[in-house]
Amino acid sequence: MEKKKIIDELKQAFPEKIKDTSSEFGDDAVTIDKDILLDFVQFLRKKPHEYTMLLDLTCMDYLGKEPRFEMVYLLLSMTGKHRLKIKIPLPEKDASIQSLASIWKNANWLEREVYDMFGIRFIGHPDLRRLFMYDGFEGYPLRKDYPLRKCQPRIRLRK
Amino acid sequence: MKGNFITTKFNYILGWARKFSLFHYPFVTACCGMEYMSAACAHFDIDRFGAGWTRFSPRQSDMMLVVGTISHKLAPVLRTVYDQMTEPKWVIAFGTCTVSGGIYDNYAVVQGIDRIIPVDVYLPGCPPRPDTVLDALIKLQEKIQSQEQDWRWKKRK
Amino acid sequence: MPTTDPIEKINKMTTRLQREASKDSLMLNMGPSHPAMHGTIRIMLELDGERILNSEVEVGYLHRGFEKTCENKTYFNLLPYTDRMNYVSPLINNLGYVMTMEKMLGVEVPEKAQYIRVIMSELSRISDHLTCIAAMAMECGAFTILLYKMKAREFIWNVFEQTTGARMTTSYIRIGGVKSDLHPDYEDVLNTAIDETRKVLKDISGLLDKNKIFLNRTRDIAVVTPETAINYGWTGPCLRSTGVYYDLRKSFPYLIYDQMDFDVPLGERGDNFDRYMVRMKEMEQSLRIIEQAMKKIPKSAAQTMANVMEPAEAIKASREKKVEKRIKLSPNLEGSEQDKYQDIFTKNKKIIVPPKEDTYSSIEGLISHFKFFMNEHGIRPPKGEVYFSVEGGNGELGYYIVSDGTDKPYRLHVRAPCFHVMAALEEMIHGHYVADVIPTFGSVNMIGGELDR
Repeated sequence: MEKKKIIDELKQAFPEKIKDTSSEFGDDAVTIDKDILLDFVQFLRKKPHEYTMLLDLTCMDYLGKEPRFEMVYLLLSMTGKHRLKIKIPLPEKDASIQSLASIWKNANWLEREVYDMFGIRFIGHPDLRRLFMYDGFEGYPLRKDYPLRKCQPRIRLRK
Repeated sequence: MKGNFITTKFNYILGWARKFSLFHYPFVTACCGMEYMSAACAHFDIDRFGAGWTRFSPRQSDMMLVVGTISHKLAPVLRTVYDQMTEPKWVIAFGTCTVSGGIYDNYAVVQGIDRIIPVDVYLPGCPPRPDTVLDALIKLQEKIQSQEQDWRWKKRK
Repeated sequence: MPTTDPIEKINKMTTRLQREASKDSLMLNMGPSHPAMHGTIRIMLELDGERILNSEVEVGYLHRGFEKTCENKTYFNLLPYTDRMNYVSPLINNLGYVMTMEKMLGVEVPEKAQYIRVIMSELSRISDHLTCIAAMAMECGAFTILLYKMKAREFIWNVFEQTTGARMTTSYIRIGGVKSDLHPDYEDVLNTAIDETRKVLKDISGLLDKNKIFLNRTRDIAVVTPETAINYGWTGPCLRSTGVYYDLRKSFPYLIYDQMDFDVPLGERGDNFDRYMVRMKEMEQSLRIIEQAMKKIPKSAAQTMANVMEPAEAIKASREKKVEKRIKLSPNLEGSEQDKYQDIFTKNKKIIVPPKEDTYSSIEGLISHFKFFMNEHGIRPPKGEVYFSVEGGNGELGYYIVSDGTDKPYRLHVRAPCFHVMAALEEMIHGHYVADVIPTFGSVNMIGGELDR
């Protein structure tokens, strides 16, 4: 019951902005426009929904499709015992989105990881640098067009 | 056999002394560290073979155990630590990742630490059992004993 | 002079702290290879005397390309990679991945396999907490704790070794069940492990709980409020130490946890000592769960070992007529017998490795074996994306798998619990002394493989 309710409520609150909803395998997901992201999560954070925790934030690379990237936000409501997935498609030419670092503190590192691995730019991020890879690493390793075995050593390796 | 009796005996004694007092520096990064802990603690007790002292300073250690995956980001660090160690020094590549990159054949992992530093004993296993660690240590001790020892007064070629 | 050498260009690292630090303060670098930094992590500190003004945590030294590698492996073959993520509790990692796949495939697991999974994952949790506290105490100078805890861990790993065949990277929990049945003598070994662990826990409590040095180094250091913890996305023992009641085994019960009777220990202040205390109490609860599971576990059907033949004999006999007897398997393949399969594997034959006797004795079995392991065959889940999480040693361990209908995942993402905890480290050590970094770092249980993936 809870599942249906939250999606219906969101549809009422943000008519026209919600492009798609789904609940495959029991995971509820909403696809929204990228310009309402901040309003959308602020709405969810408040009572009665209380999606207070940003569980995860990641990105998908659908190479060859348009839009190419898809941001995935996973929110958790501890009172409602429910997880909600927010998806936002991003075109390759304008791969940038509002940063959530001002709302959730762990978004700082999560967004740095996504920037590191996919090259998505986060507008308003305090310190957008690579997290796992090093400065000077060229390309974004988790993109589908990055070869699996292409390494960029930092020191000269012996044969 | 050239060389006189005193030098060969001295060589033997020095080798004997060195092989039973291996101060080691564990360069622990990943999974194999758990088995290193097991080997170092009471059940398997690496101390029985004279390698009980863990020196967390490269300058005081004789043997480096490279335990766990070495990524490209970590490679310069490993090189620096190796350079800081004083002679004579030995290296054990602990685990398959350090031997050949192991199951991680991708953009992030160095395919074997022998591409960065010289290695004396290769210790495979993912991760190796503590018994294997002790075996590798004994192999290294045999190697040290049979080596021509380097000492201060020796004439360098 | 501008450099054209690509390798030199790469090494020109600039950090946030180097840009922001004032000229009067002292900069100190801890790690990546530091005695008190178990695992590889670099903390740069800006100091005023001994007090930390500002800090920067740099991670990624153990980035092994887990997610990229998994995209190039089949669903069955990527199981060993999950072992090596949180290498202190590999069986929980297996469980998380496997249960995500089962959710996607819509598979029910037999009851006995569920009990085995619970026993194994609780043992892993104990091993995880033991290692965490051992490392934390050792770095504070209490070497005895490390020796005691490792002793207990050896007994737990004996159970793993007996049943799974490996000490830590076991790949034991498989899609659709578990690799093999519990060893016939497992109860003795498990009881020894439980007793030894209880003894060790009692000893450690006696040594640390009221130890003045330990208390001074942990009480009221790195206090985290519940609001901050939730804002950082903390889960697991670290979140519970701040007093928030959230445990996946209670909130989103999976397997048979809803039939088990156990408490969720909570902390009060959210400091280093509470994190230590919550872990200690959780181990007690895990032992309770194991004991209950041992009592309730369904007995398997009697094993008929009498009616077996040596493989060579069977081949000889099969040239003349169809052989009814079963083939004796090598001890390496133990657990792959037909009669054990019913207890520990699901009935859906398409997603499990066929029994080894069939593979060796009949052509249909051989074909189904090859079909399972061949590229473009094997496990092929339907299109779609799925998220599932289990309570790992450090908190909510979630797997996010996107399938495009082929035998390899299109994308596999892991929600690593200690990633979120480590993101808060900069804030936690702010304003404390240099010496406080060590117990703080120890109490959050950073696992490199999980953090950097």
